[in-house]
Amino acid sequence: MRTLTREAVWEALAEVPDPEIPVVSVVDLGLVHTVELDGERLRVELLPTFVGCPALELIRRSVADRLAGMAPRIEVEMTFAVPWTSDRITPDGRRKLRQSGFAPPGPAAVVGDARPLFATIAMRPTATCPWCGSADTALENLFGPTLCRTVFWCNHCRQPFEQFKAV
Amino acid sequence: MSAQVLETPVRTALAGLLLAMADDEFVLGFWDSEWTGIAPVLEEDVAFASLAQDEIGHAQALYQLLADLEGGDPDELAFGRPPEGYRHARLLDHPRTDWAFSVARRFLYDTADAARLDALAASAYEPLAGVVAKMRREETYHLLHMHAWVERLATGGEEPRARLAAAMERLWPDALCVLDGIEGDDLLAEAGVLAEPMAAVRRRWLAGLAPELARLGLPAPPAAQTGACRGPGRSDDFRWLWEQFTMVRRSDPEAVW
Repeated sequence: MRTLTREAVWEALAEVPDPEIPVVSVVDLGLVHTVELDGERLRVELLPTFVGCPALELIRRSVADRLAGMAPRIEVEMTFAVPWTSDRITPDGRRKLRQSGFAPPGPAAVVGDARPLFATIAMRPTATCPWCGSADTALENLFGPTLCRTVFWCNHCRQPFEQFKAV
Repeated sequence: MSAQVLETPVRTALAGLLLAMADDEFVLGFWDSEWTGIAPVLEEDVAFASLAQDEIGHAQALYQLLADLEGGDPDELAFGRPPEGYRHARLLDHPRTDWAFSVARRFLYDTADAARLDALAASAYEPLAGVVAKMRREETYHLLHMHAWVERLATGGEEPRARLAAAMERLWPDALCVLDGIEGDDLLAEAGVLAEPMAAVRRRWLAGLAPELARLGLPAPPAAQTGACRGPGRSDDFRWLWEQFTMVRRSDPEAVW
């Protein structure tokens, strides 16, 4: 077996699609926390996007399936060691989201230790229409068809679109 | 700090806190799901289904933390107890009732929960701090949503305003229980698991809410509440909900999904 490199692992991970939005990979979404190569052991730690995301186990398994055979011992785990935030979505990931009709998230609000309960009102998201580029859009619903999406309405092309939540 | 270094009384108190928080989120999630298909507008069908999914996801993560700490199976914790075994605050014993009632309850719960999560964000028990960091980011959307609804009903004319105010008046004593009924919270505060005892978290929550309630002309909380906050006595409404959410599992406890 050729010596396995971290680069080869990252390249393989870049081929694993997100099950809900398959145009983006787990690398585009910034889900990969660590890749450790230690002799015969390859360990990958992934960050859950949303605590209650029903696709977490599916993502973990897809990654394990893709890496199978690359090292004698492979471990793929989910971790809350650091919080996944939407700021981790790469520029390439944002471009792919836009191309498939999802507005990428704005900057995630910094959730400080001593925030007043209602400072959050300023965090109300805004979005540019991914179809026509207009900024003349209105927030339709903070919640959408999956945990990670918000629904907007474009006043210019007069149709709804979805934005990835900024968390 | 890991589970191994916790002294027994702190560990017991932490287990109690995890169970109370998990049960709060779990039961609220199931009440939210009762709006699916019959919310006042389509957007709220979607929103309450999504809120429910968030809360049940949070509960799942908290039951997992409890299982990691004390052993056991998260699914068994979630579905395997009799109604008297649940430790949610009695605020969650009420049914969904009408829309204003659900909005009032969710608003009081979400703001109290935000104060609780703030007090756990820098927890010395790292597994909990990690989950809380994620929960806070997601709960920000809940706060935004419920605050918008409270404002809409409070300023939306006589009937919505009267219904919201009446619901809040009725729910206030039970809402105080969200930040109460945790045994050993002073020990958790001393150990750095919780930033301060629950009474202090409750004061911070109420101080944060007061100006907003005054601005909207909504009822202020009572000075105190009396009675048991987290069971074991449970309402008939909760027993009905328990029948619903345990129905599938009780039909075949050994089934594998």
